[in-house]
Amino acid sequence: MTKTSFLKRDEAVGLVILALIIFVVFPVMLDDFRLNLFGKYLTYAFVAIGLVLCWGAGGILSLGQGVFFGLGGYCMAMFLKLEASTPEATAIQSTPGIPDFMDWNQISALPIWWQPFNSFAFTLVAIFVVPAAFAFVIGYAMFRRRVSGVYFAIITQAIAAIATILIVGQQGYTGGVNGITDLRTLMGWDIRPDGAKTTLYFVNGVLLFVCLLVAMAIRKSKFGRVLVAMRDAEDRVRFSGYDVASFKIFIFCVGAMMASVGGAMFTLQVGFMSPTIVGIVPSIEMVIFCAVGGRHSLMGAVYGALLVNWAKTTFSESFPELWLFGLGALFIAVVMAFPNGLAGLFDDYIKPRLRIGRAAPATTPQPAE
Amino acid sequence: MENPNFILTVEDLTVSFDGFKAVDGLSFYVEPNECRVIIGPNGAGKTTVLDLICGRTRATAGSIEFKGSELTRMREDQIVHAGVGRKFQTPSVYEDLTVFENLEISYPRGHTVFGALTFRRDGDVDARIREVAETIFLGDMLQERAAILSHGQKQWLEIGMLLIQDPQLMMLDEPVAGMSVAERKKTAELLNRIIQDRAVIVIEHDMGFVADIATRVTVMHQGKRLSEGSMAHVQADPKVVEVYLGH
Repeated sequence: MTKTSFLKRDEAVGLVILALIIFVVFPVMLDDFRLNLFGKYLTYAFVAIGLVLCWGAGGILSLGQGVFFGLGGYCMAMFLKLEASTPEATAIQSTPGIPDFMDWNQISALPIWWQPFNSFAFTLVAIFVVPAAFAFVIGYAMFRRRVSGVYFAIITQAIAAIATILIVGQQGYTGGVNGITDLRTLMGWDIRPDGAKTTLYFVNGVLLFVCLLVAMAIRKSKFGRVLVAMRDAEDRVRFSGYDVASFKIFIFCVGAMMASVGGAMFTLQVGFMSPTIVGIVPSIEMVIFCAVGGRHSLMGAVYGALLVNWAKTTFSESFPELWLFGLGALFIAVVMAFPNGLAGLFDDYIKPRLRIGRAAPATTPQPAE
Repeated sequence: MENPNFILTVEDLTVSFDGFKAVDGLSFYVEPNECRVIIGPNGAGKTTVLDLICGRTRATAGSIEFKGSELTRMREDQIVHAGVGRKFQTPSVYEDLTVFENLEISYPRGHTVFGALTFRRDGDVDARIREVAETIFLGDMLQERAAILSHGQKQWLEIGMLLIQDPQLMMLDEPVAGMSVAERKKTAELLNRIIQDRAVIVIEHDMGFVADIATRVTVMHQGKRLSEGSMAHVQADPKVVEVYLGH
């Protein structure tokens, strides 16, 4: 059999084009404000990539990815908030040295579970472990009981709602509806100036590519093919000797960790974290990014996140009240007219034309019947 | 009744769905190299028996012992690894994957999460898949997506997926249903070849086909065993003629 290298030619070309767009075109074309905005859009691409793995490949539709995005974002925000809350900076509080929102809520000592977030190393580990552990608990409870399809989607959506209510309700510990704001430095490095934001944009871009490559490696392994097989005929996989639930739990945890990294980068680039980014609406928007990009295409997910967020910013600047209708219409259009999203349109219409004139493939596009 | 010569011992097996006993106190014993055919009218509980053995349905009472392990308490994938393979009635293959990939997933290696992530397609895997593909008449279709296969070819592919697992007990649910006459003949040849070194349980309605492959026949009716023995013996049994063969 033929030895195949890790990347096919198409994929290598696709990655190079995406790298050029993210690392050259955007930084050159956009001013600092817009570049930071696009950096924010790209943090959602982490979630979309995770959804391609869970939903596109494995058929597991989660409407609660905002929770994992939020967990990563809050872990990072807690660290940054503690660094910003030095006794000197908070001298006017009744209890100096704790985050301002705690002081406003008559809390006089840092809660025990906040304390490890003084350590950056702990925070970095938590960004991976906390969402993975949470996803494991949900996955274990659901997949071992063979909950799947729309029931799983509804339960994850309920979890997103519960998470928001919990964060808003526990104001003294979480910053409530305002979230955790007024973040300043990362290990002494001020993250607020334009220069720092540009640096963070590039860090974000590099992490996104790491995430893409990990996702590609998973999809190309036998694990990836077992996922597709599970989507087609779950019982057949089970009776071929696989413990289906553990495969689902694993991929759900991977998707959660990817979302969490995106959330942490969101906090760094945007400078706050709040429950509005965790709830049902953002969680569903994340699924739409993935659907528009094409739920079977990892790179499509990145373009979907960019395009929908860009459209959201553009339209909601001009017609704020119409945006939600536009988003709804977009989702319906994707589901009804092009279920494989942008990537599907590209494969069906653009790719065959690119082939004409190339030496290697002899096939010409066939006219549709 | 303990007999070390039996590979599968089913005793007093009962399953009830909301009070309806689909299988009711069934006992039977399968020897290592025999081909057992289960026949009976629709609703007799034949498919349910296979579901119980492979763990898809949990028994209400009774025991299923396979090579000394009690299957009623094991998870489906553990039962597979113990050496039991099952083919479903409607062909169940992975349509979005190629014939090669379909067979590769059933290859008995790398079945854990970590194993699947690090699985490598080496020479052994490749050779074994090609060998099985030849056996099931799909040797030149390895790179085709399973979705384009005909109904009969899908049945063969699923038999191939079982074959590559090399189970000691193979269970086939109506393997020739919906096949053309030519396909049916080829399938009979195929089955005759692969049932040699293992125990096989087959559910089938086609009496010509049953006579061709069966070592022994068990006739089921309303969840119970009606008759058991050689093909000639059950065909002569007046109870069997009355409920099943007669019409």
